[in-house]
Amino acid sequence: MKHHPTSAKFPSNARTALADPVLQGALRNLKKGFPVKRAEVVADLPEFEALRDVARDIKDHTLNHLDAYLEIYEANVVRSGGQVHWARTAEEACETVMTICRDAGARIVTKGKSMVAEEIGLNAYLDTRGIERVETDLGEYIIQLRDEPPSHIIVPAVHVTKEQIGETFRAAHNGLDPNRDLSEAREITDEARDRLRQKFFAAEVGITGANFLVAENGSSIIVTNEGNGDLTQTLAKVHIVIASLEKLVPTMEDAMAVLRLLARSSTGQEFSVYTTVSNGPRRPADLDGPESYHVVLVDNGRTAMLGTENQEMLRCIRCAACMNHCPVYSAVGGHAYGWVYPGPMGAVLTPSLIGIENSGHLPHASTFCGQCEQVCPMKIPLTKMMRYYRNQAYASGHGSKISRIALGMWSYLATHPGLYRRVMKIVARGLRWFSGRRGSLSHVPLAGGWTEMRDLPAPEGETFMERYRRERGWGPGQ
Amino acid sequence: MPEIQLRVAERPPIKVGLFVTCLVDLFRPSVGFAALDLLERAGCVVEVPVGQTCCGQPAYNSGDPQAAQAVAHGLLDAFEGYDYVVVPSGSCAGMISQHLAELFADDPEKQHRARHLGARTHELVSFLVDILGVTTLSARFEGEVAYHDACSGLRELGIKSQPRCLLAGVEGLVLKELKEPEVCCGFGGTFCVKYPQISDAMVSNKLRDIEAAGAGTVLAGDLGCLINMAGKASRSGSKVEFRHIAEVLVGTGGTPAIGRSNR
Repeated sequence: MKHHPTSAKFPSNARTALADPVLQGALRNLKKGFPVKRAEVVADLPEFEALRDVARDIKDHTLNHLDAYLEIYEANVVRSGGQVHWARTAEEACETVMTICRDAGARIVTKGKSMVAEEIGLNAYLDTRGIERVETDLGEYIIQLRDEPPSHIIVPAVHVTKEQIGETFRAAHNGLDPNRDLSEAREITDEARDRLRQKFFAAEVGITGANFLVAENGSSIIVTNEGNGDLTQTLAKVHIVIASLEKLVPTMEDAMAVLRLLARSSTGQEFSVYTTVSNGPRRPADLDGPESYHVVLVDNGRTAMLGTENQEMLRCIRCAACMNHCPVYSAVGGHAYGWVYPGPMGAVLTPSLIGIENSGHLPHASTFCGQCEQVCPMKIPLTKMMRYYRNQAYASGHGSKISRIALGMWSYLATHPGLYRRVMKIVARGLRWFSGRRGSLSHVPLAGGWTEMRDLPAPEGETFMERYRRERGWGPGQ
Repeated sequence: MPEIQLRVAERPPIKVGLFVTCLVDLFRPSVGFAALDLLERAGCVVEVPVGQTCCGQPAYNSGDPQAAQAVAHGLLDAFEGYDYVVVPSGSCAGMISQHLAELFADDPEKQHRARHLGARTHELVSFLVDILGVTTLSARFEGEVAYHDACSGLRELGIKSQPRCLLAGVEGLVLKELKEPEVCCGFGGTFCVKYPQISDAMVSNKLRDIEAAGAGTVLAGDLGCLINMAGKASRSGSKVEFRHIAEVLVGTGGTPAIGRSNR
């Protein structure tokens, strides 16, 4: 089962989020954390801006030659003893993973954090087919126990408080002292580690995502801060890497260049705690590693984006800088966006992947303040791309009738200057009159969206054009 | 020996077309007059083409590029023949200088004109500082003032130091920095009426930042943001006042702050 999108209900999702004091507290903390740290580490790296250009060029080059690099990548995975499975759709990807699990006789599957797994609905797919799936990223583990989707692409449980985690653990972890102390991060982490350790040893299959797939040697690279990725992929008999096509880069050097941007942009670290490169199954001389190594390459709509206005979105490295800096995300959190990818990158990627008809609000849920593209390490023109989807939505008739009518009337006026001036004169006078002797209005007919939340400052009474004519006479063009 | 007359070639005055913007025209003509004064004091010859209405941004950002293009046609015609076009708004200036040309992707001749217009179009304060080289103005304003960096001006046009540079020369004015001067106020054009609750959360944050900075007056270069912030301040009973930066730079006394009355 795919995660059913609720993006169409963004406005009511957002209202719920705004009224949730626990979530609001968590979002305030997020805002005080990552953006501040990012600014510090970026200031410490003089070549940061130059690196952004390099990284953009690397990805653009790869995307423009994706077919060739994919073939090189596959050949090199095979050379190192692994296997590449091509999945066109979410369903194909899930089936492929399930088949590998079945062939391995898997009962328990450990899994590192993977956004593409969320996208294709892998979790529910495995859960409903008799697999005991264990999320090994602490945040993912917490939301798995709470049966929630992630609300952020790098800190999936950012919406959950310490107290809530304590309650969740108490309810989920049987056989422990119900009065044990779970008030601090230390105790919570220790308990999770204890539980997960047993699963790491018992799992037959370990599934990880990938931050990079490297064409020149068939390696996959993941970054984590918990080391769970290493345990997931080295302790199980079978390692499955699940990754979407655009994770590809040509060389290790390219991967290293982009890695210099990733953690800095994301958590404000210079580098993540663990950067793990995996390359095929265990070789005879290796001390550990899986017996077999599979890569499930997921398209699920990516190739349809190539060569279109949306190709640039495929540069995204899922660092989350855009959402960490987005004032709209900061106000409503990730769940309001209603699907897998929230924030500005989600406002572009979601319509690309599930269609604008299922996500019409998301590209509109931005003030176009531009902070997202200012911090995007891959220089993705996010506002331009949101505008592209606004055009799509408008052209296909989505959106409220009233706003279309209002826009039509406004356009008519704005293209008829004489009429425009007369109407503005009436509006300015009318609003002034309605305001009485106050400087602003608390109710304005047809402007409920404005006056619901704030007053409308009253106009001075005379339009500029009127006053200008009175004081100076007409300008040219009359 | 014949007297050689040295004549310095007199530079013809700079001819500026002032685009007052739809919000200034409707809500706050005094901003337009302040801009006019500032430009004339700096030696420009300023005209206000009467065919102007709006920059087309409402349609452009609402997904209707055809309507935006129709409005942009009017701009091309109205502002033909000026050395510069000056706009007391970073948002509308950004629309013209950064986006207008792309609306004419199907019409090379118009696109050329749109590019030419875009290249000559500047936001008021950055025009004064960057193009005319104005460094000080004789203005007086008593009070503690914060400047809010409106998003389009800041990120599309790089307006950051110019307003602060001119404000530093205003007698009696004490400049206070907000903690987050670069965070959006939640206006966003139609965003604020489409998602009023989210917009409200954002403008409430902004007001908290303003109150914490202890500024009595907030200035910005965009009337949209100012109307949003002033409207929220008025609704929540805040005493903070909001003005367009041009009003302070020109020293307009007497005009009540945005959303305030003379009473």
